Amino acid sequence: MYRFALGRLAQAIPVLLIVITVTFFLIHSAPGGPFSADKAVPPEVIQALEEQYNLNQPIWQQYLSYLGDVIQGDFGPSFKYSGRNVNELIAAGLPITAELAFYAMLVALSVGIFAGVGAAMRPNTAQDYIPMTGAMIGICMPSFLLGPLLVLVFGIYLDWLPVSGWGDIPGDKILPSITLGTGYAAYIARLSRGGMLEVLSQDYIRTARAKGLREPIIIIKHALRGGLIPVVAFLGPAFAGLLSGSFVVETIFQIPGLGRFYVQAAFNRDYTLILGMTIFLSTLIILFNLLSDMLAIWLNPKLRQEIKGAN
Amino acid sequence: MNSIETDKGSSLWKDAWIKLSKNRLALVGLGLLVILIVTSLLTPLIAPYGYEAQNLDMGATAPSLQHWLGTDIFGRDMLTRIMYGGRVSLMVGFIATAVALVIGILWGATAGFFGGRLDAIMMRIVDVLYALPFMIFIILLMVVFGRNILLLFFAIGAVEWLTMARIVRSQVMALRNQEFVEAASSLGLSQWTIIRRHIIPNTLGPVIVYTTLTIPSVMLLEAFLSFLGLGIQPPQSSWGLLINYGVETMEEYPWLLIFPGLALSLTLFALNFLGDGLRDALDPRTSKD
Amino acid sequence: MAILEVDGLKVYFHTRNGVVKAVDDVSFSVDSGETLAIVGESGSGKSVTCYSLLDLLPKPPAKIEGGTALFNGKDLLTCTADEMRHHRCNDIAVIFQDPMTSLNPFLTIGEQLIEPLIYHPDKSKIETRSRAKEKAVKLLDEVGIIDPHTRFNCYPHEFSGGMRQRVMIAMALITEPKLLICDEPTTALDVTIQAQILELIKKLQETRNVAVIFISHDLGVVAGIADKIIVMCEGTIRETGDTDAVFYHSSNDYTKKLLDAIPEGAKVLPNRVTSNEPLVEVSNLKTFFKNESGKNDDDRYIKAVNNVSLTIPRGEILGLVGESGSGKSTLGRSILQLAPTTQGSVKFEGKTLTGLSSSELFPWRRKMQMIFQDPYASLNPRMTVFETLSEPLLYHKLATKKTIASQIKQLMDDVGLSQGQLKKYPHEFSGGQRQRIAIGRAIATKPEFIIADEPVSALDVTIQAQILDLILDLVERHNLTMMFISHDLSVVRYICDRVVIMQHGVVVEEGDTEMLWANPQQLYTKDLLAAIPLADPISERSRIAEA
Repeated sequence: MYRFALGRLAQAIPVLLIVITVTFFLIHSAPGGPFSADKAVPPEVIQALEEQYNLNQPIWQQYLSYLGDVIQGDFGPSFKYSGRNVNELIAAGLPITAELAFYAMLVALSVGIFAGVGAAMRPNTAQDYIPMTGAMIGICMPSFLLGPLLVLVFGIYLDWLPVSGWGDIPGDKILPSITLGTGYAAYIARLSRGGMLEVLSQDYIRTARAKGLREPIIIIKHALRGGLIPVVAFLGPAFAGLLSGSFVVETIFQIPGLGRFYVQAAFNRDYTLILGMTIFLSTLIILFNLLSDMLAIWLNPKLRQEIKGAN
Repeated sequence: MNSIETDKGSSLWKDAWIKLSKNRLALVGLGLLVILIVTSLLTPLIAPYGYEAQNLDMGATAPSLQHWLGTDIFGRDMLTRIMYGGRVSLMVGFIATAVALVIGILWGATAGFFGGRLDAIMMRIVDVLYALPFMIFIILLMVVFGRNILLLFFAIGAVEWLTMARIVRSQVMALRNQEFVEAASSLGLSQWTIIRRHIIPNTLGPVIVYTTLTIPSVMLLEAFLSFLGLGIQPPQSSWGLLINYGVETMEEYPWLLIFPGLALSLTLFALNFLGDGLRDALDPRTSKD
Repeated sequence: MAILEVDGLKVYFHTRNGVVKAVDDVSFSVDSGETLAIVGESGSGKSVTCYSLLDLLPKPPAKIEGGTALFNGKDLLTCTADEMRHHRCNDIAVIFQDPMTSLNPFLTIGEQLIEPLIYHPDKSKIETRSRAKEKAVKLLDEVGIIDPHTRFNCYPHEFSGGMRQRVMIAMALITEPKLLICDEPTTALDVTIQAQILELIKKLQETRNVAVIFISHDLGVVAGIADKIIVMCEGTIRETGDTDAVFYHSSNDYTKKLLDAIPEGAKVLPNRVTSNEPLVEVSNLKTFFKNESGKNDDDRYIKAVNNVSLTIPRGEILGLVGESGSGKSTLGRSILQLAPTTQGSVKFEGKTLTGLSSSELFPWRRKMQMIFQDPYASLNPRMTVFETLSEPLLYHKLATKKTIASQIKQLMDDVGLSQGQLKKYPHEFSGGQRQRIAIGRAIATKPEFIIADEPVSALDVTIQAQILDLILDLVERHNLTMMFISHDLSVVRYICDRVVIMQHGVVVEEGDTEMLWANPQQLYTKDLLAAIPLADPISERSRIAEA
């Protein structure tokens, strides 16, 4: 199994390389340099800055030296936050965004699977219609709509929950996590309902019934494993979505995480920050995809054995 | 020569339509969609006020008889703004989906039909692209090349075509192994004839369903980007942008957030219900009766 | 006292189309140690009858409208959910038709075997895992699984079809039930494996003295093991009686129809023209496929057709027989150039077809056609009958827009379909009718050679007989040469002049049909012929007793 994991990791490296290269050249092909947007900067100062950041070297040299730095884990200094280094900024924002994504995923999985499995157990009844309508609403209400509405209702009108910051006031993690997680909870609810319905119509469930097993055992031991396959397959894209969703949620709730930095870096044309964060986030996503792929394989006995056998 | 008295057969499309018409939610979705499209097309003619018409003295006002959905802080009529915004959002939705559709179908059908090494290579590319954080790339593209609406179509379409390719490919592969396709081969039909007459008509079902479900997904993506300020740029507006403005002033003027939000949500609702209904209707397993 | 007494059972399905009376007033009984066979075609209600006893039917459409089913005096149809679970665990067990889909692919078979023991609703009967495992291993050994201790921890996909069914049998017997319901347990298995499983079930019944209800569509299969037989059709019982009485002395029309439909002996076709001139010559043909999961050099290719040579003279009906994996279907497709051949040649009318490009092959296409097995998959669901039949004629320029109508009319008459059906779509027809359409398409271009790949295997036995007669009629009228591929030896014997037997991609034996039957040379052929279930209880019983 380890050889397989290493093999997949090795396959991920060219992908990462492509990401780094494409991003690098994309950014550097933007019209105007990083400092051209700044208003009243005299040309000599621009010259000096460009020298400081090696921007007058030929592009290939810049690329190679950047690559070299990245491999050693150094993303270089930020162009806009002078004196601060991209690595620092990432390290500052990462734990916050990670926690936000974690809670959101928790909300999404627990609510989604519970609702979806419940709906599949009693299809075409209230136990099905109510959660599924809720799920539809969750899908059709994007986080940048839900968030402000929640803020309006719970933060301003009812004044029950804080609406900004992360970790400063108790309870300020609730609204952002719910906002980010709801859309995914809805999607996961639909996926698990579909997967469970499919499994429950299979012959082997009929066999389990014929053996006299109780319903909870049939659902949990027999049906869940197959029924949640679509959810496991969705984990990778869900993670990528959560990371990008965090951009919006952090903006709305004033959370000092990676997402907010990224958006601001994009507006400020902070080359190194954008580059560094893109690469970092992409690495995270690729790693997570790998993990969820491996989980999917591990859950399927046939595939699991094929992998073991191949070693 | 006596004419042959033949019974009229019921094609699968007819059956699907019968099934769909029994699904009330889907019909509501279809109706809403039609209303939206017609309204968007006729907007320049039927909008109550001019798009740019400001009334700075009035400022933001709550819904009233002259302004059904109220006005924004520049005194512009919200109903008009939402109608124009809807035009842009729908247009992005349809065009970007069309881009995804064309690329996805061609890619998926080629890979699925010819199989072998070609398929392996093509799907490998899809797998690699799938693993990339597209959102991030789109943001990058928009930042780098400016907020060009054409680029927006292209960028969004470039994300969505992957799933379409996968769906088309699996459908085509399943069909390729069906015996009626083999029968066509044994008759000596050329590959192009087989694709045209036997494969494509049988692929349309899932393609239609997925297309209907892609449009809302695309619209959401556009709204997301516009909300962040990276999508549609003023003076044009889209629902995402309107929601952005609405958030800024939501405490004092909540209607500026609620109405564009409602418009977006209802449209997404309509499309999703319609897509779900189509999926059930075109599924040969569910009976039409 | 009968262990199961069913009286006046009525099960109706409430669909949006109306009420379907799946089971309408059915009564029967079974004793311990006795085997009751319920025989019927699809839609007869045989499975619904038995599933209703254990409450395994989907409840919204299905409803038990009346009747009683007394198991040891207690009515199964009106008991509580707890009582039903008790019955399922203790008293009645089921063996399902398809062992591949009836076992949970995510759990080891060992885990699935011991479940009824460790989760027993009766607290006093709950076993510990280790004790349950002991019992399970013993049972696996009894049903013929080699090395049961290790295999206990294996997953379903690691077993072959026959082995999986043995596991299912073990799973059914582990709680020592008093009644065993077998729902077409051998239908999905090869004929030699089928014989083994039937013997196993009989043996286990005798050692345990259980009552057995055996559901089947095939009278031959139950001839050797049933004591009593019920014949069902469209929800009602047409005949009940002892096996011998039903097989040898039945006076019921439907039963006689079923018995008549079983192909017996050989059909005589007086007007056929045969000759010695070879139409199809296959020489040293090899069709290999790349094996994706093969590990060593040997496994690199799947040798579907491995050095096969045969000749088919004009006018002959050649039977190609083999079990699953024998390569017979691949051979048929290779001859028609529908599968890529690896080595060797195929000649038609003296011309070598292998290696020709598709445009060079084109003129030969209309001379050789195929009839496929699955009537549901062999017709394009989006084309009407008219379009399906006219495609070959128009594409090969054998008809113009003006003449097509009358040619299609002729075709429809030839295959026995009414003219009014031309604008209908495949899903509006029954299986047998679809197969007629498929046959119509195959003969449209007036081919000289037709390969029929299991053309009747997916059809009910009475429909089978009709389609076989149709095929023979067409062969005679149009002087066709045919290769008839089948796993069903009785059918092959009925219509084929010569037979070729394949196993694992090679030809094991070939010869004139009657000579082969009378005097098989190879061991495999002997096994195959011996395993054929005959609709003759006396000989079947002695065969099973010998085994």
